[in-house]
Amino acid sequence: MSTKNHAIEVRGLDVVYGEGEHRNHVVRALDFDVRRGETLGIVGESGCGKSTVLRCLTGLERGWSGEIRVEGSPVSHRRTQEELRRLQLVFQDPFASLHPRHRIRRAITEPLRCMGLAVRPGQVEDALEQVGLPGSFAERFPHELSGGQRQRVAIARALVLNPPILLLDEPTSALDVSVQAEVLNLLSDKKDAEALTYVMVSHDLSVIAHMCDRILVMKDGRFVDEFAPEAIAARRATDPYAQHLIDASFV
Amino acid sequence: MSAPSMSHTTEGALSKRPNIAMRFLRHPFWGNLAREPLGLTGFILIGLLVLVALFAPLLAPYSPNRQVLSDALSAPSAAHWAGTDEFGRDILSRLIWGSRLTLRTVLSVSAIVGPIGLIIGVVAGYFGGWTDTILMRITDIVLSFPSLVLALAFAAAIGPGLNTAIIAISLTSWPPIARLARAETLVVRNSDYVSAARVYGAGHLRLIALYVTPMCIPSVVVRLTLNMAVITLTAASLGFLGLGAQPPAPEWGAMISAGRQYMIDYWWVAVMPGIAILLTSLSFNIAGDALRDILDPRHDRS
Repeated sequence: MSTKNHAIEVRGLDVVYGEGEHRNHVVRALDFDVRRGETLGIVGESGCGKSTVLRCLTGLERGWSGEIRVEGSPVSHRRTQEELRRLQLVFQDPFASLHPRHRIRRAITEPLRCMGLAVRPGQVEDALEQVGLPGSFAERFPHELSGGQRQRVAIARALVLNPPILLLDEPTSALDVSVQAEVLNLLSDKKDAEALTYVMVSHDLSVIAHMCDRILVMKDGRFVDEFAPEAIAARRATDPYAQHLIDASFV
Repeated sequence: MSAPSMSHTTEGALSKRPNIAMRFLRHPFWGNLAREPLGLTGFILIGLLVLVALFAPLLAPYSPNRQVLSDALSAPSAAHWAGTDEFGRDILSRLIWGSRLTLRTVLSVSAIVGPIGLIIGVVAGYFGGWTDTILMRITDIVLSFPSLVLALAFAAAIGPGLNTAIIAISLTSWPPIARLARAETLVVRNSDYVSAARVYGAGHLRLIALYVTPMCIPSVVVRLTLNMAVITLTAASLGFLGLGAQPPAPEWGAMISAGRQYMIDYWWVAVMPGIAILLTSLSFNIAGDALRDILDPRHDRS
C-alpha cells in the first residue's frame, strides 16, 4: 500500500522516562499506521502508555525516538504551526482542558489567533452550532457549562483549525453515561461530515467497539493484539490479555 | 449535519453581555465582602485613609509645618485634637499630611514589587530547569537581605529620603511574591488547558501572558495587600531611624522618633503617630485576610 493513503505512520516509537534505577520504558518500539478516514482505537489499562503515544503524535511529549510521519511527511520533536494544524487533540477531562478565565468565544478563537488566522464574524456561533450548542453560549465562562457541553466546546475548539486528523484521549470517560453517547454520536457525525481520521484512546472497550474500525490492544508499552470491532461482540481475541480485557468488560 | 438533540433550558439567560460597570458591580466579590464584617471594616478604613490623604489640605486644621513655640507640647484639646509637638506644630495636621507619605510609599513599593515578583516567578516556574534554578537562587539571596540594613547602605550611598526608602523596601520585598507566583505557575503549567494551547500553537510569550499569569494574579494581589501592612511598618522603621522622609516632612515614623525624648511627660507626641501606624497596618492586614478568603477558594474558613 502506498504511504499516501496513510494519515499517520509510526515506526519504532520509543519513550523512556528517567534514568538508571528510575528508568521507565513507557512505550516500546511501536509500529502502526492509521489509514485516511479510519478510526483507530487503542485500548489498554491505565499506565500502559496509550496516552503517551497520543502526546508523542501531538508534539507535547518531546522525549521520544523513532519515526513519526503525518500525512506522508516526517515530523520532528518541535512542530511547526503547519504540522500542528494537521492534528488536534481532544482531552479527557473537559473541566481541565478549557481555560477557566476565558469565555467560550475566546476559547474557540484562540487556536485561530495562535495560527495567525483571521476570525470571521459569526464563526464562533457557527462552530458552536456545529457541535450542537446554541451560539449564545459564546459569552459564557466554562464554569457555566455542564461537562458534556464543555466537551462539545473542546471538540469545536479542536475542529476550528480544520485538522484532517483528530486525536481523542478518552473523550468520554469523564462524562456521565447518558452524555457519553451524545458526545460519541457527535464525533461520529463530524467524522462523516468532514472526512476526518480519528485515533481514539480509551480503556472502555464498549466505547472503542462502538466507534472504531480497527482496534489495537496495548499492554506495558507494546501492542499485543489487533482486531476488528466485531471480535469484541463475538468476545473472541487471539491474545490472552486481549481476551481477558474483553471478558472483563462484559461481566 | 444532524446535531444530537439536547435541551438548552438556560439559553438566553446570559446571552447578552452586560456593560462593564454593571458587570463590575454584579461581581460576586461585593456580595462576599458584605458577608465579611471584619474585612469590610478593613476596606472602609483603607478607603478613609485614601480620602484623608487625597483631601489633606481641606481636612488638616493647621499647616503641618506651622510652628507656634508658645503652644509647644500642649496636651490634646479642642484646638489641637491630638496635641502639639515640641515646636508647637499641630500633631493631627501632621498625621493627616503624613498619610500621603505613607500611602505613597505603600503604593510605590507595591507597584514596583508586584510586577517584578510576578514576572520573575512566572518565568522561573514556566521554563523550569536552569532558568528556574538561577532565578530562584537569586530570589533566595535577596530574601536573606535585611531591608533595614540595605536601606542604611542605600542612604549612605545616595542620601536618605523617601525615594531611598521606597527603593530599599522594594529591593527586598519582591522575593515572597516571586516564590508565590512560581508555585502557582508550576500548577498551571501542567494543566490540560495549557497543553491544549501548546497543541494549537500558542507560543511561550502568549502562554505566559494570557494563560499562566492571569491565574497567578489573585494570590499575588492577596499577598501584596498583606504585604502593605509590612511595608507600612518598614517605612515607619526607616523614618524612625532617619532614613525615610527627612524633616520637616511629617513622616509617622520620624514623628515617633522625635517624640521619643518627650514620651514620659508628653505621651501624645509619640502615641498619636503610633496609633496611626497601628490602624493603617491593621486595616491592610484585615483587608488582605478578607481578600484571601474571597479570592482563594482553597482557604476555607473553618
